[in-house]
Amino acid sequence: MDELLGEFITETNEFLETVDTQLVVFEADPTDGETLNSIFRLVHTIKGTCGFLGLPRLQFLAHAGETLLGKFRDGTLVATPDQVQLVLESIDRIKEILAGLEANGTEPQGDDRDLIGALERAAEGEDAQDSHTQNGQDAAPEPHQPAQSNAAPGQVEVAAANSTRWDADLGRELRPGEVSLADLEAAFRSATPDDENEAQAASSPNTPSDSAKDSDLPIGLGVAGVRLSEPEALIIKEDEEDIAIKGTAVASNQTIRVNVEVLETLMTMVSELVLTRNQLMQMVRNVTDSEFKGPLQRLSAVTAELQDSVMKTRMQPIGSAWKKLPRIVRDAARDLGKKIDLIMDGEATELDRQVLELIKDPLTHMIRNSCDHGLENPTARIAAGKSETGIIRLNAYHEGGHIVIEVSDDGSGLATSRIREKAIKNNIVTEEQAWTLSDAQIHRFIFAPGFSTAATVTSLSGRGVGMDVVRTNIELIGGTIDLQSTEGRGTKFFIKIPLTLAIVSALVVGSRKQRFAIPQLSIVELVGAGAASDHKVEILNSARVLRLRDRLLPLVDLSEVLGVAPNEHMESEALSSFVVVMQQSGQLFGVVVDEVFDTEEIVVKPLSKALTNVGTFSGATILGDGSVIMIIDPACVYRRVGQVEDVVEEIEADVQKSRDQRLETTSMIVFQAGGEQPKAVPLSLVTRLEELDATSFEQGDGRTLVQYRGELMPIVAADPYSTIVTSGVQPVLVFTYNGEAAGMAVDKIVDIVEEPLHVEMAADRPGLTGIAVLKGKATEILDVGHYLSLALNNWDDPTRNQPGKHIVLVERNPFFRNLLSPLLRAAGYEVEAVDTVSAALVCAEYRKPSAVLTDIDADVASARRLLHDERLSGTTIVALSGSPDADATGFASLVRKSDRESLIAAIEMASKLEIAA
Amino acid sequence: MTVTANRRESDLALAKVGTKEFVTVHVADQLLGVQVTDIQDVFSLKSLTPVPGARPEIAGVLNLRGRIVTAIDARQRLGLPQRPQGYAGMMAVGVEFQNESYGILVDQVGEVLRLADQEFEPNPVNLDSIWKDVSQGVYRLDGRLLMVLDIEHLLRVAAA
Repeated sequence: MDELLGEFITETNEFLETVDTQLVVFEADPTDGETLNSIFRLVHTIKGTCGFLGLPRLQFLAHAGETLLGKFRDGTLVATPDQVQLVLESIDRIKEILAGLEANGTEPQGDDRDLIGALERAAEGEDAQDSHTQNGQDAAPEPHQPAQSNAAPGQVEVAAANSTRWDADLGRELRPGEVSLADLEAAFRSATPDDENEAQAASSPNTPSDSAKDSDLPIGLGVAGVRLSEPEALIIKEDEEDIAIKGTAVASNQTIRVNVEVLETLMTMVSELVLTRNQLMQMVRNVTDSEFKGPLQRLSAVTAELQDSVMKTRMQPIGSAWKKLPRIVRDAARDLGKKIDLIMDGEATELDRQVLELIKDPLTHMIRNSCDHGLENPTARIAAGKSETGIIRLNAYHEGGHIVIEVSDDGSGLATSRIREKAIKNNIVTEEQAWTLSDAQIHRFIFAPGFSTAATVTSLSGRGVGMDVVRTNIELIGGTIDLQSTEGRGTKFFIKIPLTLAIVSALVVGSRKQRFAIPQLSIVELVGAGAASDHKVEILNSARVLRLRDRLLPLVDLSEVLGVAPNEHMESEALSSFVVVMQQSGQLFGVVVDEVFDTEEIVVKPLSKALTNVGTFSGATILGDGSVIMIIDPACVYRRVGQVEDVVEEIEADVQKSRDQRLETTSMIVFQAGGEQPKAVPLSLVTRLEELDATSFEQGDGRTLVQYRGELMPIVAADPYSTIVTSGVQPVLVFTYNGEAAGMAVDKIVDIVEEPLHVEMAADRPGLTGIAVLKGKATEILDVGHYLSLALNNWDDPTRNQPGKHIVLVERNPFFRNLLSPLLRAAGYEVEAVDTVSAALVCAEYRKPSAVLTDIDADVASARRLLHDERLSGTTIVALSGSPDADATGFASLVRKSDRESLIAAIEMASKLEIAA
Repeated sequence: MTVTANRRESDLALAKVGTKEFVTVHVADQLLGVQVTDIQDVFSLKSLTPVPGARPEIAGVLNLRGRIVTAIDARQRLGLPQRPQGYAGMMAVGVEFQNESYGILVDQVGEVLRLADQEFEPNPVNLDSIWKDVSQGVYRLDGRLLMVLDIEHLLRVAAA
C-alpha cells in the first residue's frame, strides 16, 4: 500500500476515535463551543486530506458532515441528539470505508447518498426534525394506518413525510435514510445544471453526475435518516488531568510515529541483552576477584535502564483502549432507553500495548453487559429508590507489577437464585452441591461456558457466550477475573492483568530434579509441608489434601500434572515438599513441588509448534545460568486439579456424614489465666495467637489497647484475677468479628485438644459458659461473646436457661455456628449445628428436632425451603439474622444473632408449644 | 502406489542435473545425509531440558546462543534403540522449519560430501515405512549407502 495512504489511514482512525468521544461530550452540552470547534477542525482535516488523496466517497461524506457541523458552529442550528446521531452515523460510515481502504488499498464500492442527503437536509435546518423527535413515538412509521387521521397541526408535515416512507417497489418500509426508487427517478429528472449548490461546488469535477445526485436527492426525501428514539442523557466525566483529548495538539510535536514492528524488534533485542547480562553475571559470581566485576556492574545497570525505557515505548495509557467506550455506552443507552453515566478513572494508567490490544474486546463486552443486564431501566431504578441515571464506573490502577481494572455498575446485581437454578439446569453442579456453595461461588458460574441468565436475548448481549469468552481472553494473557455482586446494589468486576507479556515474574520450582517456572500472578502463597512444618499433607483415599487454616486444599503433584510421576516416591516426598498455593478461575488449589528456588524475572519465549500441543506449558525461558526451563501454564494445572477436586469433595461429604453420626468433637485451645486451672475456648473462634510486646500497650477509654496491624485492638484479661502484663511478652488470643479485632490476654497457652465437648456444669458467672472435662481435667470454657462485649461493647450478657430438646442450627458462618452451639448446649439443648439447609433436612430425617434455628442473611430463599419441607412439618422454624428488620415472613419468629436472651426465649417458646401439642 | 512412484521419478528427474552437497551424519550404524542448504548450524549438545508430556521423538529444548531450540531425537524418530549413555556427547544439526529452530540429534557429524546426481536412487521399495517417510532417497557410495534425510518430513510429523 502507498505509504502516504497508510499514514492517512492511521491518522484518520485516530482522529475518528477522538471525534466519536467529543461528539458524545458535545451532545450532552450543545453549547460547548470549544469541543465543537475541535470536532469541526478534525472533520475538516479529514475532508481536506481525502480530496488530496483522491478518495471521493470519504470526501463527500466528510464534507456533508462538515457542513452540518458548520451550521452548529455559527449558531444557525442548535444540535439535537438526532442530528448528532446523524453525524455519528456518518463517522461510522467513514470508518467502514476506511476499513475497506485498508484492506484493498482502494475505496470500496458503495452508495452514501442516503447519509449525505440526510446530513444536508439537516444542515438546511429542517425544523421538522425537532417535532419529529418529540412525537417520535406516535409518528413511528405505520404504513397501514397513516398518521394523518389524528395528527395535530404541528405534525402534519411529519405525517406526510412518513406516509411516503412505504415503498411499493421494494415491498417494505424504507430504512432510515433510504430513498425510494420513485424518488430517485424523480430527482434525476428534475436535476438541471443550474441546480447546483454548495455541495456540488466543493465536489471534485470528475464526478459531476454523482454530486448532482447527492445535492438534489434530499429535497424529495422528507426527514429520512432521522432515527426515532427518545432523547437520552449521557454525560461523560473526564478526568481533568486527562490529556488524551484536549492535549493532543500540544503533545503532538513532542512525539514521532514509529512502526510497531521496530519497537517489537527492539524489545526482543533488549530481552536477549538481559539474558546475556544474566549469564555473564552468573559466570562472574563464581569468581571471587574478577576484573570484569566493575564493567559488568555498569553493563547491568545500563541494561536495566534500557529495558525500562524500551518497555516504556511499548506502554500506552489504558485510556486509549477506553476511547470507544463513551460512544458504545451512548449508543447502548439510546437503544435500550436507559440513562447511563460512564465515569472513567485512572485513564493515565499505562500498560503494554500488546496487552492493551488484547483487553479491548473483553472490556467492550463487559461494558455492553453492564449497560444491558447490569443497569435497570429508569422506571425500575426509581422504583428501587435509586437515581434514574445508572452509573458505570471504570477504574484502573497499578498493583504490584499488575494492572487492575474495575468495571462496576450500580444496577440490580446478579440474581443469585437465578444463577443457581440455571447452573443446576445446565448440569454444572448438582442440586445438593448448589445449596452448599457460597453466593460468591455461585456468582462465578457466569464465567462458565454457555451461561446466560438474561431472560431474553437482546441485540447487545445475552447469548451466553459472553463472560466465558471474556474470562478465556483474560486468562490467555495471564490475567484473572473475579467479581463481587450484591443483589439490588450492583456488580463489580475485577480484572487483574500483567503489565507486560514479554517479561514476567516467575517462581522457579523443582520437581523430580527438573526446574520449572510458575508465573507469580497465579501464586497466592507458598506453604512448607514437610514433616517439621505445621501443615501436613494428608492423603484421603488417594487424593491429597492440605489442611490450611480453615479449609481443605485439593493438592496435585506437579510431577503428576507433567506425567512424570513414579508413584513409589509418594511417601518420601510427603516428608519434604512445598505446596504452591495457586488461584485460577477463583479456585484455590495447591501444587506439590519438591524444591523451591527463587523468583526471577523471565523473558517468555514461545514454544515451537512441536511443543504447543503438550498443553502443559505456556512457554519456555532461559535462566541466568543459560539453561532452558519450561513455564507451567496455570490453567492446565487447574484442569488437572478439577479431576482431583471431585474426589476431595466426596471425601469431605463423607467426613461430614460420619461426623454427624459420631459425637461432634470440638477443637479447643487450652490456656492458663489467673491460676493453674485450665481454661479453654473453641479454637475455631480464635483468629490468631500472638505474642505482643507489653511495652506497646496503651491505655485509652478505660481499656488496654494495642496497635495491631494498623488498627487499635482492645485487650481484655481472660480472668478477673489475672492482669495484663506491663513488661515483657504477653500471649494474646486474637478474635475477629466483622473486621474488628479484640485480644484476650492469657498467662500461658497450654495445648490444643480435640474432644467431644460436654459442658458439665453450667456457668454461674458472666464470661463463663460452663465447665467441661478436657484431657481428664476440669476446664473452664470461656464465653468468647462476653469478652467480645467487654472489648467491643456490642454484645449482650449471656443468660442461663432451663433444659430443652433437640435443636438444629443452620448457620453458614462458622463463627456464629461455633458461638451459638456451645451456648445452646450450655443451656441444656442438644444441638446439631449444620451449615446448609440440605444438611438440616437430612438431620430431620433421622430425628425430628423440636426447633430449627436458621440463618436468613446468607440465603433467605434456601432457608424458606425449611418452611415447606414435610420432614419438618410441625416444627418451629426460627429465623436468625444480624439485623432486626430482616424479612422473616413465614418464620415463627425473628431473632437477632447477638440477642441471646430472645434466642433462648424463642426456643423455649417453641418447646413449650411442642409440649402443648 | 503409482502416485508415489511418479513423484519419486520426477524428483529423480530433477535431481539428475549436476551435483549436490551433503553433510553426513551417523545415527546408530546408519550413514545419513542432510543437504547443506537445509542446515543452519552444527553444534555439540551441552545441556538439554526434557519436556514432560511431549512426543517421544522430542528430546527436549536447549539454548543455542539465546534461542530456544527444540531437539528432535533422530534415533527415536527412526525407530532405533537409544544410546546406552543417553544424550551426553551427542551432536546436533540445527535446521529451520516454519520459522522455528529445531535441532536434530545425531551420534556424530561426519564430513561434507559433494555427490553427483547420477548416484542418486529412489528409496528401495522394501524400505521400512518409518524410514521411507523421512528418506528422500539413497546415494550409492563406495562400499556403503547414504540415506538422504527429508528434513521437512522429519519435522512435520513432530510438529503435527
